[in-house]
Amino acid sequence: MDVLYFAWVRERIGLPKERVETRAATVSELVAELSAREERYALAFSDLTALRVALDQELSDFDAPLEGVREVAFFPPMTGG
Amino acid sequence: MRIVVDDALFDPGAELNRFTEAAEGMGAVVSFSGIVRQNAAGTLKAMEIEHYPGMTEKAIAAIAEEAVTRWNLGDALVIHRYGALEPGAPIMMVATSAPHRADAFAAAEFLMDYLKSRAPFWKKETTSEGEGWVAAKDEDEAALDRW
Repeated sequence: MDVLYFAWVRERIGLPKERVETRAATVSELVAELSAREERYALAFSDLTALRVALDQELSDFDAPLEGVREVAFFPPMTGG
Repeated sequence: MRIVVDDALFDPGAELNRFTEAAEGMGAVVSFSGIVRQNAAGTLKAMEIEHYPGMTEKAIAAIAEEAVTRWNLGDALVIHRYGALEPGAPIMMVATSAPHRADAFAAAEFLMDYLKSRAPFWKKETTSEGEGWVAAKDEDEAALDRW
């Protein structure tokens, strides 16, 4: 699946998008997998209350299943307007 | 319903005139324009707006469709920019038309409240002291409760 990062999440991880092969069943499992990879991921995901997640461009939550999902995006709370 | 997500400068006055001319048979048009606010110390140099291409347009369309189902509206317009903006530049605008003003006002406020916290945009400020991401405000999230 494609994993996208925006705003300071993108800056901390150091890239806007990457292809991830995973068997993670939920968003939380994917976060744990990524965090175990490298310190920069662990740092970006250290406080999930400061993060939002979208699955295939729909706002979702960290318990949501990943089956069939093609695009996961992580970002801070939005500041539009 | 027109939704524009673009980096180009727009003219809020001209957009409002066009929207009003098209609002045939309506009794009320309400519009709001957001501009890049200079900070109290006068040190803001630029505001960079990042967005999520694809999701941004979909999220705004969903918010606007919700407004149309909740209130008796003729039409709705949402324009939101991204990219590097200078203090004083227009960031975004919403406009609503309706037979009566109460619907136009309420729908415009609803659109603004939801755009603030549910449309995927992030603001980064550059001041003479450095740069930093604008944090989401609790009151913006709380503002959604009234709807």
